[in-house]
Amino acid sequence: MNFWNDPLKVAADWLTGIFVGWGMNDIFAHVLVVFLGIFVLIMILMVIDIFLVWIERKVVARFQDRIGPNRLGPFGLIQPFADIVKLMIKEDTTPDGADKVVYNIAPMLSMMSVLILWAVVPLAPVMIGVDLNAGALFIIAAGSIGTLSIIMAGWSSNNKFSVIGAFRQVAVMVSFEVPMLAVMLIPTIFSGSMGMNSIIQSQNIWFVFISPLAALIFLIAAIAELGRAPFDLAEGESELVAGFNVEYSGMKFGMFYAGELLHAFTFGGFWAILFFGGYRFFGLEQVSPFLAIVIILFKALVGYWVIMWVKYTVMRIRIDQMLAFNWKFLTPVAFVLVMVTALMNVLLRGAGSWLYITGMFLSNVIVAWVSLEIVRSIGKKERERVEGVKVVAEAHH
Amino acid sequence: MTAEQIIFLIVGAATLIAGFLVVTVRNLVHAALWLVATLFGVAIIYTLLNAGFLAVVQVVVYIGAIAILFIFAVMLTRRQAAETGASVNKNWWAGALMSVLTFAALALLLQSWSGFSKTASAVPSGFDAINQLGDALTSSAGYVLPFEVASVLLLAALVGAVYLAFNKK
Repeated sequence: MNFWNDPLKVAADWLTGIFVGWGMNDIFAHVLVVFLGIFVLIMILMVIDIFLVWIERKVVARFQDRIGPNRLGPFGLIQPFADIVKLMIKEDTTPDGADKVVYNIAPMLSMMSVLILWAVVPLAPVMIGVDLNAGALFIIAAGSIGTLSIIMAGWSSNNKFSVIGAFRQVAVMVSFEVPMLAVMLIPTIFSGSMGMNSIIQSQNIWFVFISPLAALIFLIAAIAELGRAPFDLAEGESELVAGFNVEYSGMKFGMFYAGELLHAFTFGGFWAILFFGGYRFFGLEQVSPFLAIVIILFKALVGYWVIMWVKYTVMRIRIDQMLAFNWKFLTPVAFVLVMVTALMNVLLRGAGSWLYITGMFLSNVIVAWVSLEIVRSIGKKERERVEGVKVVAEAHH
Repeated sequence: MTAEQIIFLIVGAATLIAGFLVVTVRNLVHAALWLVATLFGVAIIYTLLNAGFLAVVQVVVYIGAIAILFIFAVMLTRRQAAETGASVNKNWWAGALMSVLTFAALALLLQSWSGFSKTASAVPSGFDAINQLGDALTSSAGYVLPFEVASVLLLAALVGAVYLAFNKK
């Protein structure tokens, strides 16, 4: 077992050896090494997060036909560091009548709910925090901590805009969790496990080719979960100033902002893990774990780019439209898809793999087509009704 | 003491303190947040018992749904989140007596159980608790009937809630 095949284990053994050599207790040394590993992972994530600010600003600039940050350093790469210094030295305000403890815990909890997700992200076949056998549920659990942080921030700020923003955001997050959890069952059906590593290992063919509709629903639910456009009505500037974080300044606001960016990147990663083969890419992941890390980070960035692409091209929709879209369209489609997939899985289990893939793909297409037809006919009826009312009203004039 | 025992003692103490604060704190939103802390402590204890699935479900259901619902209800129904009246009435001694008796009875029951003083055997590697749970819930030899009855009950609650909220035209 050399360093290039299993770097984490070798490094951990080496460090434990050193600590024990210093006369430390065996168990204590082990715990210390685990804590150091968590610390290093979080440090790496925070450094990535700094560059995500730069990526986000560059990409939005390109979408809006601008250049973006370009003054500080090559390609404006030093800009995010300048932003951090600015956030650090800003006045740290707390509104009058705020619930101080809750107000200060909320940004930390928001960041924590994102960082905790990386405990189940497999960076390489041998590099994963915990290969939890309920990995898919863990994502939802971490999301519910995020929901809690938002409601805490909104309530403790003692500001009606914050509370309304928090209500909207929480309503969105709680309701879009349902289709998300439902479609996460589909990779689970294919792989027979909820563990992230076994979901990746069973993707000899990327699940997006077997179940494209599930991948699409997951992306939509993830965007809503992130509170990004077209679902960013929690921070509708024209109505709510900035939503639940309106009273936060300086680095406390920075925590929410950085948490949101890292969350988007993380969900890009989960999209890649669940539907695009995670760290697998034509057997390249077998060569070296470092190559696997590059592959999964690249796929996560592609997912992040798609989320940004949607954010900067689609307009914001209203809260009632959004909740109706979730409860009346996305959730039923997701549940029907899960049922159809489970049924097809039983029917086609004995058949050859090509028949299995084709059958699954066709059932996805049929579910998508039928649900769109139903929506179209309802929309047509509604339009006819409204136009009929108009015709009657005009006749009365 | 092993590391696990130390973690258990710390988490257990924190859970008990948070649980005590749930019923003594005057501000209702704070009480709900302490309830979240209590439930989170219980989730950590599940993890220590190698029941990772239960721990995750605990967080999803109790923190993600029920605690959020509590906070929503408190925020939407009350102007002032703080309670003003006395937090105990004159029957507090009866409640205390009952809880002490219940604790004593449970402790006695557990004492007489043969497995109480035994150390649990280590979980074998490759043991998949989720598969066993799924089999137990869906096999006819297991708990398929209670499971289905519970799901029908939940469906009835769902239909009832929709009926109550439905705007009759």
